Amino acid sequence: MTPDYAGLFFALRPESLLVLGALAALGLDLSVLRGRAAGQRLGCALAIGSLAVLLAGLLTWTGPRGPVFGGVLVLDTLALGTRLGVLGLTLLTLGIARGGKVPSQPAEYVAMMLFAAVGLLLMAAVQQLLLGFLALELASLSLYVLAGFDRTRPEAAEAALKYFLFGTMAAAFLLFGFSLVYGLTGSIELPQIAARLSGPVPSPMLLVAIAMILVAFGFKSAAAPFHLWAPDVYQGAPAPSAALIASASKLAGFALFSRLLWPGFGAAAGQARSFAGGPGWLPAVAAVAAASLLLGNLAALAQSNLRRLLAYSAIAHAGALLLGVMAAGQAGFAPLFYYAATYGLATVGAFGVIAALEREGRCEDIADLAGLHRRSPLLAGCLGVFILSLAGIPPLAGFFGKLAVFAAAFRMGGPAAWLAVLAIALSAVALYYYLIVLKEAWVAAPTAGARPVAVSRVTAFTLVVAAGLIVGFGLEPALLLGRF
Amino acid sequence: MSAVPVLSLLIFAPWLGAALLAGCPQLGPRSSRALAFAFSLTTLAVALWLLGSFDRASTGYQFVERHDWIAALHAHYHLGLDGFSLLLVLLVGILAPLSLLASWRQIPDPRFFSLLFLLLQGATLGVFLALDFFHWFIFWELSLVPAYFLIRLWGGAGSAGAAYQFVIYTVGGSAFLLLGFVAIFAATGTFDFVELARLGADGTLAARLAGLGGFWPQAVFLGVLLGFAVKVPLFPFHTWLPPAYAEAPTGVSMFLTGAMSKMGVYGFLRLLWPLFPGPLHAAAGPLLALALGGVVLGAFSAMRQTDLKRMIAYSSINHLSYCLLALFAVSAASGRSPPAGEAAAAAFSGTLLQVFNHGISAAALFYGVGLLEARAGGRRGLGDFGGVRAAAPVFAGLFGIAMFSSLGLPGLNGFVGEFLIFRGVWGLQAWAVPVACLGLFATAYFLLTFWQRVFHGPRAGAAAGDFPDVSGVDFAVLVPLVALMFLLGVLPQLLTGLFNPLITQWAGHLSLP
Amino acid sequence: MSLLPWTIFVSLAGALLAWAAGRRSARAARWTALVVTAGAWALTLLAATRFVPGPRLQTLVDLPWIPAMGIRCHLAVDGISLTLLVLTGLAATAAVLFSWNIRERAGEFFALLLTLVAGVYGVFLSADALLFFVFYEIAIVPKYFLIATWGSTNREYGAMKLALYSFAGSAMVLAGLLWVYAGGDGHGFGFAELAQTAAGLPRHQQIFVFALVFFGFATLAGIFPLHTWAPTGHVAAPTGASMLLAGVVMKLGAYGCLRVALPLSAVGFAFWQPTIAWLAVIGIVYAGLVALMQDDLKFVIGYSSVSHMGFVLLGLAAANAQGFSGAVLQMFSHGVIAGLLFAVVGRMIYDRTHTRRLSDLRALPLRRLLPFAAAVFVIAGIASMGLPGFSGFPAELTILIGAWKAAPVWAAIAALGVLVAAAFTLRAIQLAFFGSAPAPAGGTGAGAPAIHLEPITLAEKAGALLLIGATVLIGLKPDLLLDWINPALQSPLLQSVMKGGRP
Repeated sequence: MTPDYAGLFFALRPESLLVLGALAALGLDLSVLRGRAAGQRLGCALAIGSLAVLLAGLLTWTGPRGPVFGGVLVLDTLALGTRLGVLGLTLLTLGIARGGKVPSQPAEYVAMMLFAAVGLLLMAAVQQLLLGFLALELASLSLYVLAGFDRTRPEAAEAALKYFLFGTMAAAFLLFGFSLVYGLTGSIELPQIAARLSGPVPSPMLLVAIAMILVAFGFKSAAAPFHLWAPDVYQGAPAPSAALIASASKLAGFALFSRLLWPGFGAAAGQARSFAGGPGWLPAVAAVAAASLLLGNLAALAQSNLRRLLAYSAIAHAGALLLGVMAAGQAGFAPLFYYAATYGLATVGAFGVIAALEREGRCEDIADLAGLHRRSPLLAGCLGVFILSLAGIPPLAGFFGKLAVFAAAFRMGGPAAWLAVLAIALSAVALYYYLIVLKEAWVAAPTAGARPVAVSRVTAFTLVVAAGLIVGFGLEPALLLGRF
Repeated sequence: MSAVPVLSLLIFAPWLGAALLAGCPQLGPRSSRALAFAFSLTTLAVALWLLGSFDRASTGYQFVERHDWIAALHAHYHLGLDGFSLLLVLLVGILAPLSLLASWRQIPDPRFFSLLFLLLQGATLGVFLALDFFHWFIFWELSLVPAYFLIRLWGGAGSAGAAYQFVIYTVGGSAFLLLGFVAIFAATGTFDFVELARLGADGTLAARLAGLGGFWPQAVFLGVLLGFAVKVPLFPFHTWLPPAYAEAPTGVSMFLTGAMSKMGVYGFLRLLWPLFPGPLHAAAGPLLALALGGVVLGAFSAMRQTDLKRMIAYSSINHLSYCLLALFAVSAASGRSPPAGEAAAAAFSGTLLQVFNHGISAAALFYGVGLLEARAGGRRGLGDFGGVRAAAPVFAGLFGIAMFSSLGLPGLNGFVGEFLIFRGVWGLQAWAVPVACLGLFATAYFLLTFWQRVFHGPRAGAAAGDFPDVSGVDFAVLVPLVALMFLLGVLPQLLTGLFNPLITQWAGHLSLP
Repeated sequence: MSLLPWTIFVSLAGALLAWAAGRRSARAARWTALVVTAGAWALTLLAATRFVPGPRLQTLVDLPWIPAMGIRCHLAVDGISLTLLVLTGLAATAAVLFSWNIRERAGEFFALLLTLVAGVYGVFLSADALLFFVFYEIAIVPKYFLIATWGSTNREYGAMKLALYSFAGSAMVLAGLLWVYAGGDGHGFGFAELAQTAAGLPRHQQIFVFALVFFGFATLAGIFPLHTWAPTGHVAAPTGASMLLAGVVMKLGAYGCLRVALPLSAVGFAFWQPTIAWLAVIGIVYAGLVALMQDDLKFVIGYSSVSHMGFVLLGLAAANAQGFSGAVLQMFSHGVIAGLLFAVVGRMIYDRTHTRRLSDLRALPLRRLLPFAAAVFVIAGIASMGLPGFSGFPAELTILIGAWKAAPVWAAIAALGVLVAAAFTLRAIQLAFFGSAPAPAGGTGAGAPAIHLEPITLAEKAGALLLIGATVLIGLKPDLLLDWINPALQSPLLQSVMKGGRP
């Protein structure tokens, strides 16, 4: 079979465009903009980056569908949706970066973001183990750098280091798992792996392999007990970096791993209705989901730092997303995708608000939000939309994401249904801490000496767009759910 | 169906007066009093007209008005008048204006007072005229609201507790009454008193209620009983009465004892007895004992009082218990052969006469005590007066007549009723008579003590100083009452003529279904 | 008839307009809010004049919404919903009138109030269980912020408790609904469909699912012992909010019980019926007794709301025609009366005297200082006691008839509750307004401190007269509502509940 390089290149035009955009930004910064103010350099870099992302999005939308390069990549609905989602979230992240603290090397910052986006785009479409690993690593390395970008704060360095150490360990596990799978099945293409794995009882070696892959998955999605990096990274990283990590990276990660698990290792899934029959990876994922839900929600109750609260809530959401992964075998990828995408929107928005506030002063603790309704009604309103979407209040998109996932879980029956019940119960706990955040923003009076917050127009526009999308996807969920 | 809704007019005329008083805040005291008095008199005017047009030979309801009202509850707007109701309407018509008159001197802000009083008057009339539970209960309960405020706002020092107790007791009883009627409706599907009386008489009601099983049929009976027992009051549900009557201002006490207490007796005769002949007969023994308890203990407690107003209040319990005594005696005898019919007729006649006559005499007594209290600057103890006869002979004369009427002296109106009751009870449950006589003796004792201590002897206490005799308003109140006492004492057939056919019918239907 | 969905949109649009108007002035905000609420109410009344009562839900809007999950945007109305829609309009208008004096962040206040109203309208119009749930949850967030920002006693705690209890209740409902939905292969959330699917579940699952859905809704209705959020939350809330919360939002729970929970599973209902009835009657009496002990006047009213809702739940538990019609009538009646009571206590008394403690109020000669408030409170009080002539009486009478037919002992205990209600209401009236010694002959007492309280405003008078008029009208002519409600009870779903319940 002759490799169809033309087709591959054609399919990967978005990625190429992003790389070109990154290089262009870097080039421009090194030459023309040398010596200008950091803010101006940031603006230019962001403009180029945004343009690149927009064009990439256009190309993705109008691009080819179906398998590429002999099935190494596949541009099916999940891939397409994830790619567009990643690009959208990246665009929003670039938008909020405009309003946040200006990094010391703006062009490099933007370039890293674009490189991370490249990796994430690839992750969305891979059907081959090795390419998947490569894409994952590309994205992860970029994200490690992004996490540690703020050299003025020691927390950033700590965050980046933790992220890097955990990440590489997870990557090692992943690679080892992949190699075991190759050893067992003789192939690195997912369809062939799936075909060769059909058999009633998976071999112990396969289970080990899957376990290792799950470790990596758990790390990537910040699920308990692999979550230890998350609070520190969310707290230490600059706000736009944290936004990207929390949103696009999660979306692409879930897409990659669910593609691995379901079509790939689907045969080894095990019994859905009760975990007593046959071993498989479903029970393990269920356990991780339960742990994440419990740990994330309960730990978030105790937080007084806003970013750590968002981190723990991310862990809780990861638990619910894992539920979506479990149900994807029966219900397809629609619920999972919808949830992950809208969760990403809300998270980007929340970090955008934090970024805007950090520009004016402190935004570490929840108490720093006090009086936001007076300091900036726009930020307060947008924050409200984002937080309520995270809490799962209709008619915002977060609610419908949860609804779709829970409905799918109930239809699976058995332990998945009980997990859904647990998740529903814990959402009441979650409402408590989300309301505490909103209480500070909407109810509490501003502290003495708090000044009104000036939000840059770009960031304001970005936040409004994000809020609007959340409301829109909430009022008309069929826009996304109907695609699958 | 009559062409002109006379009975509605009767009920709503006082309410119209109340609305006018409410809507015109600029009315001065004189015009308020005049307006209120005029509207209060409408009752008497219409009652006298009714007296003229009333067909005394018929036993059914006359001047009936019946309209559909609430389909879902089968409730109708149903008013009707028979001899018994007419008697009560006349009583209200006489007492209400006199009570208003009695309050004039005491109350400085008559507009609000009269407004409430007219509301009370209308509601009381509604109770006596309504023949469907839905609006009957509206009137029954609504009468409490003005009564509460009348006691609370213009009453004595203990009026807060007295009024509260009064309302709570009555509402408590009404809650059980309501429950009873809920059960009756669930069993029969109707709230209409005429219809229910028919069902009670032919045993359908009892049969349907028996379908509930367990103790529920008796519970329904007890619920309805309780509602009325609290209102009369029947011993031992009487503890609200002395404080309420004692703390209320004079005019209100007159009306309460004269008219409102009759609502309870009306309930017994109109509702409890026709609907539950069987259970009444079964419970007649204990109920007789309770009635006797009321008779005896009411009188003996009156004996022990030093507060004159409380004395009269306890005496009211005594007098009203006679009515219940008669009724329970009739119930005890139900099912026996017709020879008991004559005694039953006597008992019923006596009850109805007592209802009217007690209203007259008790109102006069309360007025007299009120006058004493006003003269004495708020004191009304037994020992606060002496020799009032010498200071105010006319007053002593009028008051004395009222006392003797209450005592049951032959020649005055109180005698006929009590005599007939005793005669009836003797024929039905003879053993009760000696016990009831104790009450008579005690009444005589305390009334004579009252007479002797307050009116005779040297002038002492408040009477020692300036003690003017009766004046204009006092005459206006006392003379009509005293006149009636004489008139009805000599010519009781003026009243009995109204209800004799009804009594005969009641006494003729003593056999249980 | 297709006027009714506009109430939702008008209210939401009004919320935005009120917020925008609030940036100009508080006056603009409140007038906008008044126009919007009165307009929406007028829409309901207009629709009511054209309404033809019938057994079926009359569909107003039926569009597919999320086809992937079988969720439809299905709005429909029948006599029961119409009664409650009219109540919502009335209560909302009155609430705005009694919030006339809000100055601080008025635009946001009215925006939140109108959003809450929109959610409530949506619930009463929904004929798809999930749409119902969505509107139900939409109402939760405004509640929290209304109480936390503009409330009084212990407001942050009260707001959080109220929001969390409501959310927990709705979480239970969601779990139950999804359970049933999943059993039916995800065809849809229509009430009849869900009932059909649920009938196919095994018995113990039906019992479990019914419990989840019913008690989830009943939490918002204030069923004992899940009622503790109600007094705390309502006391903490500002007047306009507590009028709506106690008056209308608690009815969302009861309506959910009637519309969604009861028809869901006959087996489940048969199992839980005695429990529900006993909890209801215990709630009636217990809440009444607690109200008798309170020193804070608003707590008395708060507990009285729980007691009155107990009547509604008893009517639902009785599962017969009188029980249901009485329950809906009581929902309307209590909505009006509770609004009136909170209005007097919150707006007329507290905003002027700055105290709600009965021990403080009894020292003030309030009946002379605030005669209009005294009169209104007395009327509201006697209406609340269930005195005939006001709307509470036909409602409680009908419920008692229905309860008696189901099991006499429930009716007997409920009748006791009537007595307790009289006691605590009278105590409150007495201490609050008539606490000081009666006027001695000769006018105001000499030496009474010269307390000056600002007079009752026109807005308050208008609101009070509106509510009093409603309760008297329905008290004397309950047929106006019963003519809508009773045909609606003939619907197949409700008929099956009545037959499947205890005979």
